Amino acid sequence: MSSVLFDLPGPRARARHRLLAVVGVVVIAAIIGFVIYRFAVTGQFASRMWEWLLYEKVQLDLVSSLLATLQAFALGAVLALVFGAVFAAGRLSDHAVLRVPSTAIVEFFRAVPLVVMIFIFHYGIGLGAPFNSVVLGLMLYNGAVLAEIFRSGVESLPRGQREAAYALGMRKTQVMLLVLLPQAVRAMLPTIVSQLVVLLKDTALGFLITYPELLYYARYLGGIAEFGRPLVPVTMVVAAMYIVMCLLLTWLAHYLERRNRRSKKAVPTAPTALGEDGDVAVTAVAGTGQLTSQQY
Amino acid sequence: MDVLLDNLDLFERGFLNTIQLFVLAAIGSLVLGMVLAMLRVSPVPFLRAAGTAYVTLFRNTPLTLIFFFFAFAFPLLEIVSISYFTAAVTALSLYTAAFICEVVRSGINTVPVGQAEAARALGLGFGQILTSVVLPQATRAVVPPMVSTLIALLKNTTVAAGFSVAEAGAIRDYLSERGEPALTGLLWVALFFVILVVPMTLLQRSLEKRWSVAR
Repeated sequence: MSSVLFDLPGPRARARHRLLAVVGVVVIAAIIGFVIYRFAVTGQFASRMWEWLLYEKVQLDLVSSLLATLQAFALGAVLALVFGAVFAAGRLSDHAVLRVPSTAIVEFFRAVPLVVMIFIFHYGIGLGAPFNSVVLGLMLYNGAVLAEIFRSGVESLPRGQREAAYALGMRKTQVMLLVLLPQAVRAMLPTIVSQLVVLLKDTALGFLITYPELLYYARYLGGIAEFGRPLVPVTMVVAAMYIVMCLLLTWLAHYLERRNRRSKKAVPTAPTALGEDGDVAVTAVAGTGQLTSQQY
Repeated sequence: MDVLLDNLDLFERGFLNTIQLFVLAAIGSLVLGMVLAMLRVSPVPFLRAAGTAYVTLFRNTPLTLIFFFFAFAFPLLEIVSISYFTAAVTALSLYTAAFICEVVRSGINTVPVGQAEAARALGLGFGQILTSVVLPQATRAVVPPMVSTLIALLKNTTVAAGFSVAEAGAIRDYLSERGEPALTGLLWVALFFVILVVPMTLLQRSLEKRWSVAR
Protein backbone atom coordinates (compact mmCIF):
# COMPACT_ATOMS: atom_id res chain seq x y z
CA MET A 1 0.00 0.00 0.00
CA SER A 2 2.75 2.40 0.85
CA SER A 3 4.17 1.78 -2.59
CA VAL A 4 1.61 4.10 -4.22
CA LEU A 5 3.25 7.01 -2.47
CA PHE A 6 6.17 6.92 -4.84
CA ASP A 7 6.81 6.05 -8.45
CA LEU A 8 8.94 3.22 -9.71
CA PRO A 9 12.31 4.83 -9.07
CA GLY A 10 14.36 5.98 -12.04
CA PRO A 11 18.15 6.01 -12.07
CA ARG A 12 18.47 9.22 -10.06
CA ALA A 13 15.87 8.20 -7.51
CA ARG A 14 17.54 4.82 -7.17
CA ALA A 15 20.85 6.49 -6.48
CA ARG A 16 19.17 8.73 -3.91
CA HIS A 17 17.51 5.75 -2.25
CA ARG A 18 20.80 3.92 -2.15
CA LEU A 19 22.39 6.95 -0.51
CA LEU A 20 19.54 7.13 2.03
CA ALA A 21 19.88 3.43 2.75
CA VAL A 22 23.61 3.82 3.32
CA VAL A 23 23.01 6.80 5.62
CA GLY A 24 20.35 4.82 7.46
CA VAL A 25 22.62 1.81 7.87
CA VAL A 26 25.42 4.02 9.13
CA VAL A 27 23.21 5.89 11.63
CA ILE A 28 21.58 2.75 13.00
CA ALA A 29 24.85 0.83 13.06
CA ALA A 30 26.36 3.75 14.94
CA ILE A 31 23.56 3.70 17.54
CA ILE A 32 23.70 -0.08 18.01
CA GLY A 33 27.48 -0.02 17.92
CA PHE A 34 27.57 2.66 20.61
CA VAL A 35 25.22 0.65 22.83
CA ILE A 36 27.31 -2.51 22.35
CA TYR A 37 30.46 -0.49 23.02
CA ARG A 38 28.99 0.80 26.29
CA PHE A 39 27.96 -2.75 27.18
CA ALA A 40 31.47 -3.98 26.51
CA VAL A 41 33.17 -1.10 28.36
CA THR A 42 31.05 -1.59 31.46
CA GLY A 43 31.76 -5.31 31.33
CA GLN A 44 28.26 -6.54 30.55
CA PHE A 45 29.60 -9.18 28.18
CA ALA A 46 32.08 -10.57 30.69
CA SER A 47 31.45 -14.26 31.22
CA ARG A 48 31.01 -13.65 34.94
CA MET A 49 27.92 -11.55 34.25
CA TRP A 50 26.28 -14.45 32.41
CA GLU A 51 27.32 -17.21 34.77
CA TRP A 52 23.98 -17.13 36.58
CA LEU A 53 22.33 -18.71 33.57
CA LEU A 54 24.23 -21.93 34.24
CA TYR A 55 22.84 -22.55 37.72
CA GLU A 56 20.03 -25.02 37.88
CA LYS A 57 18.45 -23.24 40.85
CA VAL A 58 18.36 -19.97 38.91
CA GLN A 59 16.89 -21.66 35.87
CA LEU A 60 14.19 -23.33 37.95
CA ASP A 61 13.39 -20.07 39.74
CA LEU A 62 13.22 -18.27 36.42
CA VAL A 63 10.74 -20.85 35.14
CA SER A 64 8.65 -20.69 38.29
CA SER A 65 8.48 -16.87 38.15
CA LEU A 66 7.51 -17.19 34.50
CA LEU A 67 4.77 -19.55 35.62
CA ALA A 68 3.65 -16.97 38.19
CA THR A 69 3.34 -14.42 35.38
CA LEU A 70 1.41 -16.88 33.25
CA GLN A 71 -0.81 -17.80 36.20
CA ALA A 72 -1.81 -14.17 36.74
CA PHE A 73 -2.33 -13.84 32.99
CA ALA A 74 -4.48 -16.96 32.67
CA LEU A 75 -6.73 -16.24 35.61
CA GLY A 76 -6.93 -12.54 34.74
CA ALA A 77 -7.79 -13.32 31.13
CA VAL A 78 -10.57 -15.77 31.98
CA LEU A 79 -12.08 -13.44 34.57
CA ALA A 80 -11.77 -10.43 32.28
CA LEU A 81 -13.56 -12.28 29.48
CA VAL A 82 -16.38 -13.20 31.86
CA PHE A 83 -16.57 -9.67 33.27
CA GLY A 84 -16.54 -8.26 29.72
CA ALA A 85 -19.31 -10.58 28.57
CA VAL A 86 -21.53 -9.79 31.58
CA PHE A 87 -21.12 -6.04 31.30
CA ALA A 88 -21.43 -6.03 27.52
CA ALA A 89 -24.77 -7.79 28.01
CA GLY A 90 -25.65 -5.15 30.60
CA ARG A 91 -24.79 -2.29 28.27
CA LEU A 92 -26.82 -3.85 25.46
CA SER A 93 -29.80 -4.47 27.71
CA ASP A 94 -33.18 -2.89 26.94
CA HIS A 95 -33.71 -2.04 30.57
CA ALA A 96 -32.25 1.24 31.74
CA VAL A 97 -31.93 -0.26 35.23
CA LEU A 98 -29.20 -2.55 33.91
CA ARG A 99 -27.85 -0.39 31.13
CA VAL A 100 -27.05 2.77 33.07
CA PRO A 101 -25.11 1.17 35.94
CA SER A 102 -23.15 -1.12 33.64
CA THR A 103 -22.23 1.84 31.43
CA ALA A 104 -21.08 3.79 34.47
CA ILE A 105 -19.03 0.88 35.80
CA VAL A 106 -17.40 0.18 32.46
CA GLU A 107 -16.54 3.84 31.91
CA PHE A 108 -15.17 4.16 35.44
CA PHE A 109 -12.87 1.17 35.22
CA ARG A 110 -11.62 2.27 31.84
CA ALA A 111 -10.74 5.73 33.10
CA VAL A 112 -8.83 4.75 36.24
CA PRO A 113 -5.20 3.80 35.63
CA LEU A 114 -4.53 0.13 36.29
CA VAL A 115 -1.69 1.02 38.67
CA VAL A 116 -3.98 3.12 40.85
CA MET A 117 -6.55 0.33 40.82
CA ILE A 118 -4.00 -2.28 41.88
CA PHE A 119 -2.76 0.08 44.61
CA ILE A 120 -6.33 0.53 45.85
CA PHE A 121 -6.78 -3.22 46.14
CA HIS A 122 -3.39 -3.88 47.65
CA TYR A 123 -2.72 -0.93 49.94
CA GLY A 124 -6.19 0.54 50.31
CA ILE A 125 -8.43 -2.45 50.87
CA GLY A 126 -5.72 -4.95 51.64
CA LEU A 127 -6.61 -8.13 49.81
CA GLY A 128 -3.77 -10.11 51.29
CA ALA A 129 -1.46 -11.72 48.76
CA PRO A 130 -0.36 -9.40 45.92
CA PHE A 131 -1.61 -12.02 43.48
CA ASN A 132 -5.24 -11.22 44.37
CA SER A 133 -4.84 -7.51 43.76
CA VAL A 134 -3.04 -8.04 40.45
CA VAL A 135 -5.65 -10.45 39.14
CA LEU A 136 -8.55 -8.31 40.32
CA GLY A 137 -7.04 -5.20 38.74
CA LEU A 138 -6.38 -6.99 35.45
CA MET A 139 -9.88 -8.40 35.47
CA LEU A 140 -11.64 -5.08 36.07
CA TYR A 141 -9.56 -2.94 33.71
CA ASN A 142 -9.29 -5.35 30.80
CA GLY A 143 -12.81 -6.63 31.43
CA ALA A 144 -14.14 -3.10 30.99
CA VAL A 145 -12.23 -2.73 27.74
CA LEU A 146 -13.38 -6.15 26.54
CA ALA A 147 -16.99 -5.19 27.35
CA GLU A 148 -16.63 -2.28 24.94
CA ILE A 149 -15.12 -4.59 22.31
CA PHE A 150 -17.95 -7.13 22.64
CA ARG A 151 -20.57 -4.40 22.54
CA SER A 152 -19.19 -2.71 19.45
CA GLY A 153 -18.89 -6.14 17.87
CA VAL A 154 -22.58 -6.81 18.39
CA GLU A 155 -23.57 -3.32 17.30
CA SER A 156 -21.52 -3.52 14.14
CA LEU A 157 -23.53 -6.48 12.85
CA PRO A 158 -26.05 -5.74 10.09
CA ARG A 159 -29.46 -4.95 11.55
CA GLY A 160 -31.05 -7.61 9.37
CA GLN A 161 -29.48 -10.34 11.49
CA ARG A 162 -31.36 -9.28 14.58
CA GLU A 163 -34.57 -8.56 12.68
CA ALA A 164 -34.54 -11.89 10.89
CA ALA A 165 -34.01 -13.71 14.17
CA TYR A 166 -36.93 -11.90 15.76
CA ALA A 167 -39.03 -12.64 12.68
CA LEU A 168 -38.32 -16.33 13.20
CA GLY A 169 -39.91 -15.99 16.62
CA MET A 170 -36.78 -16.16 18.72
CA ARG A 171 -36.71 -14.58 22.13
CA LYS A 172 -34.31 -11.82 23.15
CA THR A 173 -31.88 -14.21 24.83
CA GLN A 174 -31.96 -16.58 21.89
CA VAL A 175 -31.32 -13.77 19.44
CA MET A 176 -28.32 -12.69 21.44
CA LEU A 177 -26.86 -16.11 22.22
CA LEU A 178 -27.60 -17.95 18.99
CA VAL A 179 -27.37 -15.24 16.35
CA LEU A 180 -25.56 -12.09 17.41
CA LEU A 181 -22.86 -13.27 19.81
CA PRO A 182 -21.30 -16.00 17.64
CA GLN A 183 -20.92 -13.58 14.76
CA ALA A 184 -19.69 -10.74 16.94
CA VAL A 185 -17.08 -12.87 18.67
CA ARG A 186 -15.87 -14.12 15.34
CA ALA A 187 -15.54 -10.63 13.91
CA MET A 188 -13.82 -9.27 17.00
CA LEU A 189 -11.52 -12.21 17.69
CA PRO A 190 -8.32 -10.47 16.57
CA THR A 191 -9.16 -7.43 18.68
CA ILE A 192 -9.93 -9.63 21.67
CA VAL A 193 -6.63 -11.44 21.36
CA SER A 194 -4.81 -8.12 21.04
CA GLN A 195 -6.40 -7.06 24.30
CA LEU A 196 -5.14 -10.27 25.86
CA VAL A 197 -1.63 -9.26 24.77
CA VAL A 198 -2.17 -6.04 26.73
CA LEU A 199 -3.25 -8.11 29.70
CA LEU A 200 -0.12 -10.22 29.45
CA LYS A 201 2.07 -7.12 29.39
CA ASP A 202 0.17 -5.60 32.30
CA THR A 203 0.98 -8.55 34.55
CA ALA A 204 4.40 -6.89 34.84
CA LEU A 205 2.72 -4.25 37.02
CA GLY A 206 2.67 -6.90 39.73
CA PHE A 207 6.31 -5.92 40.17
CA LEU A 208 5.18 -2.65 41.80
CA ILE A 209 3.36 -4.46 44.60
CA THR A 210 5.98 -7.21 45.00
CA TYR A 211 4.07 -9.99 43.29
CA PRO A 212 6.88 -12.51 42.66
CA GLU A 213 6.57 -12.59 38.88
CA LEU A 214 9.21 -12.44 36.16
CA LEU A 215 10.25 -8.82 36.60
CA TYR A 216 10.36 -9.08 40.37
CA TYR A 217 12.65 -12.07 40.11
CA ALA A 218 14.79 -10.17 37.62
CA ARG A 219 15.25 -7.38 40.18
CA TYR A 220 16.26 -9.91 42.82
CA LEU A 221 18.60 -11.81 40.51
CA GLY A 222 20.16 -8.60 39.21
CA GLY A 223 21.15 -7.59 42.72
CA ILE A 224 22.99 -10.74 43.72
CA ALA A 225 26.60 -9.78 44.40
CA GLU A 226 28.00 -13.26 43.85
CA PHE A 227 27.01 -13.12 40.20
CA GLY A 228 28.45 -9.60 39.88
CA ARG A 229 25.02 -7.87 40.01
CA PRO A 230 24.08 -8.89 36.45
CA LEU A 231 21.12 -6.49 36.17
CA VAL A 232 21.69 -5.63 32.51
CA PRO A 233 22.01 -9.23 31.24
CA VAL A 234 19.02 -10.29 33.34
CA THR A 235 16.91 -7.44 31.97
CA MET A 236 17.83 -8.47 28.44
CA VAL A 237 16.88 -12.10 29.02
CA VAL A 238 13.58 -11.18 30.69
CA ALA A 239 12.73 -8.70 27.92
CA ALA A 240 13.34 -11.43 25.35
CA MET A 241 11.00 -13.74 27.28
CA TYR A 242 8.23 -11.15 27.34
CA ILE A 243 8.67 -10.30 23.68
CA VAL A 244 8.51 -13.96 22.65
CA MET A 245 5.34 -14.53 24.70
CA CYS A 246 3.63 -11.44 23.28
CA LEU A 247 4.71 -12.26 19.74
CA LEU A 248 3.25 -15.76 20.09
CA LEU A 249 -0.08 -14.25 21.14
CA THR A 250 0.09 -11.61 18.39
CA TRP A 251 0.85 -14.34 15.91
CA LEU A 252 -2.25 -16.17 17.11
CA ALA A 253 -4.27 -13.00 16.50
CA HIS A 254 -2.94 -12.75 12.95
CA TYR A 255 -3.60 -16.42 12.34
CA LEU A 256 -7.20 -16.05 13.52
CA GLU A 257 -7.63 -12.96 11.39
CA ARG A 258 -6.36 -14.74 8.31
CA ARG A 259 -8.56 -17.75 8.93
CA ASN A 260 -11.51 -15.48 9.52
CA ARG A 261 -11.01 -13.63 6.27
CA ARG A 262 -10.66 -16.82 4.27
CA SER A 263 -14.00 -18.16 5.41
CA LYS A 264 -16.83 -17.08 3.13
CA LYS A 265 -19.38 -17.14 5.87
CA ALA A 266 -17.53 -14.61 7.96
CA VAL A 267 -19.20 -11.30 8.56
CA PRO A 268 -17.43 -8.44 6.90
CA THR A 269 -15.59 -6.67 9.68
CA ALA A 270 -17.87 -3.75 10.13
CA PRO A 271 -16.90 -0.13 10.44
CA THR A 272 -16.44 -0.35 14.14
CA ALA A 273 -14.58 2.70 15.11
CA LEU A 274 -14.11 1.55 18.64
CA GLY A 275 -13.99 4.48 20.93
CA GLU A 276 -11.42 3.03 23.24
CA ASP A 277 -8.80 4.53 25.27
CA GLY A 278 -5.83 2.48 26.13
CA ASP A 279 -3.04 1.98 23.72
CA VAL A 280 -4.67 1.93 20.37
CA ALA A 281 -3.29 0.69 17.15
CA VAL A 282 -5.36 1.04 14.05
CA THR A 283 -5.38 -1.53 11.36
CA ALA A 284 -7.00 -0.96 8.06
CA VAL A 285 -9.17 -3.93 7.25
CA ALA A 286 -8.20 -5.20 3.86
CA GLY A 287 -10.33 -4.00 1.04
CA THR A 288 -12.78 -1.91 2.99
CA GLY A 289 -10.52 0.90 4.05
CA GLN A 290 -12.47 0.99 7.27
CA LEU A 291 -10.90 1.38 10.62
CA THR A 292 -10.87 -1.21 13.32
CA SER A 293 -8.97 0.02 16.26
CA GLN A 294 -7.32 -2.35 18.64
CA GLN A 295 -5.98 -1.83 22.05
CA TYR A 296 -2.44 -2.68 22.73
CA MET B 1 -12.74 15.03 52.24
CA ASP B 2 -10.37 15.80 55.10
CA VAL B 3 -7.71 13.60 53.58
CA LEU B 4 -7.85 15.71 50.44
CA LEU B 5 -8.02 19.12 52.14
CA ASP B 6 -5.34 18.41 54.71
CA ASN B 7 -2.91 17.17 52.10
CA LEU B 8 -3.75 19.47 49.25
CA ASP B 9 -0.06 20.24 48.74
CA LEU B 10 0.68 16.57 48.11
CA PHE B 11 -2.12 16.17 45.60
CA GLU B 12 -1.17 19.41 43.85
CA ARG B 13 2.48 18.43 43.55
CA GLY B 14 1.62 14.89 42.48
CA PHE B 15 -0.77 15.88 39.73
CA LEU B 16 1.47 18.71 38.53
CA ASN B 17 4.24 16.15 38.13
CA THR B 18 1.87 13.80 36.33
CA ILE B 19 0.83 16.50 33.90
CA GLN B 20 4.44 17.52 33.36
CA LEU B 21 5.38 13.90 32.63
CA PHE B 22 2.41 13.60 30.31
CA VAL B 23 3.17 16.76 28.32
CA LEU B 24 6.88 16.03 27.93
CA ALA B 25 6.31 12.38 27.02
CA ALA B 26 3.51 13.35 24.62
CA ILE B 27 5.79 15.77 22.77
CA GLY B 28 8.62 13.26 22.72
CA SER B 29 6.50 10.37 21.51
CA LEU B 30 4.69 12.46 18.88
CA VAL B 31 7.99 13.61 17.36
CA LEU B 32 9.59 10.16 17.50
CA GLY B 33 6.37 8.46 16.35
CA MET B 34 6.11 10.74 13.30
CA VAL B 35 9.71 10.02 12.36
CA LEU B 36 9.10 6.28 12.74
CA ALA B 37 5.94 6.47 10.65
CA MET B 38 7.90 8.28 7.93
CA LEU B 39 10.49 5.48 8.08
CA ARG B 40 7.79 2.84 7.81
CA VAL B 41 6.31 4.27 4.58
CA SER B 42 9.61 5.34 3.04
CA PRO B 43 10.78 3.95 -0.31
CA VAL B 44 14.01 2.59 1.18
CA PRO B 45 13.56 -1.03 2.31
CA PHE B 46 16.23 -0.82 4.99
CA LEU B 47 14.58 2.16 6.67
CA ARG B 48 11.19 0.39 6.53
CA ALA B 49 12.69 -2.68 8.19
CA ALA B 50 14.30 -0.54 10.89
CA GLY B 51 10.95 1.14 11.66
CA THR B 52 9.17 -2.21 11.78
CA ALA B 53 11.80 -3.68 14.08
CA TYR B 54 11.45 -0.77 16.50
CA VAL B 55 7.67 -1.00 16.59
CA THR B 56 7.66 -4.79 17.09
CA LEU B 57 10.23 -4.56 19.83
CA PHE B 58 8.60 -1.82 21.86
CA ARG B 59 4.98 -2.83 21.37
CA ASN B 60 5.63 -6.28 22.77
CA THR B 61 7.60 -5.19 25.81
CA PRO B 62 5.75 -4.31 29.01
CA LEU B 63 6.03 -0.62 29.87
CA THR B 64 7.10 -1.61 33.36
CA LEU B 65 10.09 -3.43 31.91
CA ILE B 66 11.15 -0.35 29.94
CA PHE B 67 10.86 1.71 33.12
CA PHE B 68 12.84 -1.00 34.91
CA PHE B 69 15.58 -0.78 32.31
CA PHE B 70 15.92 2.98 32.45
CA ALA B 71 15.66 3.22 36.23
CA PHE B 72 17.96 0.36 37.23
CA ALA B 73 19.95 -1.01 34.30
CA PHE B 74 20.67 2.14 32.29
CA PRO B 75 22.77 3.82 35.02
CA LEU B 76 25.04 0.76 35.00
CA LEU B 77 25.96 1.48 31.39
CA GLU B 78 27.43 4.82 32.54
CA ILE B 79 26.48 6.73 29.39
CA VAL B 80 24.90 9.75 31.01
CA SER B 81 23.50 9.94 34.50
CA ILE B 82 19.80 10.72 34.33
CA SER B 83 17.33 11.57 37.05
CA TYR B 84 14.37 9.28 37.69
CA PHE B 85 12.12 11.90 36.12
CA THR B 86 14.14 11.95 32.90
CA ALA B 87 14.18 8.15 32.92
CA ALA B 88 10.38 8.14 33.19
CA VAL B 89 9.97 10.63 30.33
CA THR B 90 12.36 8.59 28.16
CA ALA B 91 10.63 5.29 28.90
CA LEU B 92 7.15 6.71 28.26
CA SER B 93 8.25 8.43 25.04
CA LEU B 94 9.98 5.38 23.61
CA TYR B 95 7.03 3.13 24.45
CA THR B 96 4.26 5.46 23.24
CA ALA B 97 6.14 6.37 20.05
CA ALA B 98 5.64 2.81 18.77
CA PHE B 99 1.87 3.19 19.11
CA ILE B 100 1.81 6.71 17.63
CA CYS B 101 3.79 5.35 14.67
CA GLU B 102 1.22 2.63 14.08
CA VAL B 103 -1.69 5.08 14.32
CA VAL B 104 -0.10 7.44 11.79
CA ARG B 105 0.90 4.66 9.44
CA SER B 106 -2.53 3.08 9.36
CA GLY B 107 -4.02 6.54 8.92
CA ILE B 108 -1.90 6.96 5.81
CA ASN B 109 -3.11 3.57 4.63
CA THR B 110 -6.75 4.67 4.76
CA VAL B 111 -6.24 7.34 2.10
CA PRO B 112 -7.50 5.86 -1.18
CA VAL B 113 -4.85 4.76 -3.62
CA GLY B 114 -6.30 7.04 -6.31
CA GLN B 115 -5.36 10.15 -4.35
CA ALA B 116 -1.69 9.30 -4.30
CA GLU B 117 -1.81 8.09 -7.90
CA ALA B 118 -3.43 11.31 -9.06
CA ALA B 119 -0.82 13.34 -7.19
CA ARG B 120 1.91 11.28 -8.78
CA ALA B 121 0.35 11.76 -12.20
CA LEU B 122 0.58 15.51 -11.57
CA GLY B 123 4.29 15.06 -11.06
CA LEU B 124 4.53 15.63 -7.31
CA GLY B 125 7.43 14.04 -5.47
CA PHE B 126 7.33 11.78 -2.42
CA GLY B 127 7.62 14.65 0.04
CA GLN B 128 5.04 16.75 -1.77
CA ILE B 129 2.57 13.87 -2.03
CA LEU B 130 2.91 13.17 1.65
CA THR B 131 2.69 16.73 2.93
CA SER B 132 0.12 18.27 0.60
CA VAL B 133 -2.10 15.34 -0.42
CA VAL B 134 -1.94 12.29 1.81
CA LEU B 135 -1.24 13.63 5.29
CA PRO B 136 -4.01 16.28 5.30
CA GLN B 137 -6.50 13.55 4.45
CA ALA B 138 -4.97 11.02 6.80
CA THR B 139 -5.40 13.44 9.71
CA ARG B 140 -9.10 12.60 9.84
CA ALA B 141 -8.37 8.94 10.43
CA VAL B 142 -5.40 9.63 12.67
CA VAL B 143 -6.61 12.13 15.24
CA PRO B 144 -9.28 10.09 17.09
CA PRO B 145 -7.04 7.05 17.74
CA MET B 146 -4.20 9.45 18.50
CA VAL B 147 -6.28 10.96 21.29
CA SER B 148 -6.89 7.42 22.58
CA THR B 149 -3.16 6.77 22.59
CA LEU B 150 -2.60 9.97 24.53
CA ILE B 151 -5.25 8.95 27.07
CA ALA B 152 -3.37 5.70 27.51
CA LEU B 153 -0.17 7.69 27.95
CA LEU B 154 -1.79 9.79 30.67
CA LYS B 155 -2.83 6.66 32.52
CA ASN B 156 0.55 5.03 31.94
CA THR B 157 2.36 7.88 33.68
CA THR B 158 1.26 6.28 36.96
CA VAL B 159 3.69 3.41 36.37
CA ALA B 160 6.40 5.93 37.24
CA ALA B 161 5.17 5.77 40.84
CA GLY B 162 7.02 2.48 41.19
CA PHE B 163 10.27 4.08 40.01
CA SER B 164 10.79 6.95 42.44
CA VAL B 165 8.96 9.70 40.57
CA ALA B 166 6.71 11.73 42.85
CA GLU B 167 3.65 11.83 40.62
CA ALA B 168 -0.02 11.08 41.24
CA GLY B 169 0.44 7.34 41.66
CA ALA B 170 3.01 7.95 44.40
CA ILE B 171 0.74 10.17 46.52
CA ARG B 172 -0.10 7.09 48.58
CA ASP B 173 3.51 6.70 49.77
CA TYR B 174 3.59 10.25 51.13
CA LEU B 175 0.12 9.95 52.61
CA SER B 176 1.05 6.84 54.55
CA GLU B 177 4.11 8.69 55.86
CA ARG B 178 1.73 11.26 57.29
CA GLY B 179 -0.42 8.50 58.74
CA GLU B 180 -3.42 9.12 56.51
CA PRO B 181 -5.64 6.21 55.37
CA ALA B 182 -4.38 4.90 52.04
CA LEU B 183 -7.78 3.94 50.69
CA THR B 184 -9.35 7.43 50.86
CA GLY B 185 -6.28 9.01 49.30
CA LEU B 186 -6.19 6.49 46.46
CA LEU B 187 -9.88 6.93 45.77
CA TRP B 188 -9.31 10.67 45.41
CA VAL B 189 -6.47 9.97 42.98
CA ALA B 190 -8.78 7.66 41.01
CA LEU B 191 -11.47 10.34 40.94
CA PHE B 192 -9.04 12.98 39.64
CA PHE B 193 -7.98 10.61 36.90
CA VAL B 194 -11.60 10.09 35.91
CA ILE B 195 -11.99 13.87 35.79
CA LEU B 196 -8.90 14.18 33.59
CA VAL B 197 -9.71 11.27 31.29
CA VAL B 198 -13.44 11.70 30.71
CA PRO B 199 -13.18 15.02 28.80
CA MET B 200 -10.49 13.52 26.58
CA THR B 201 -12.71 10.49 25.93
CA LEU B 202 -15.64 12.76 25.05
CA LEU B 203 -13.42 14.78 22.72
CA GLN B 204 -12.22 11.60 21.06
CA ARG B 205 -15.78 10.29 20.57
CA SER B 206 -17.04 13.52 19.09
CA LEU B 207 -14.07 13.73 16.73
CA GLU B 208 -14.63 10.16 15.70
CA LYS B 209 -18.32 10.73 15.05
CA ARG B 210 -17.77 13.94 13.14
CA TRP B 211 -14.90 12.69 11.02
CA SER B 212 -15.71 9.06 10.40
CA VAL B 213 -18.30 9.99 7.73
CA ALA B 214 -15.64 11.21 5.37
CA ARG B 215 -15.78 9.78 1.83
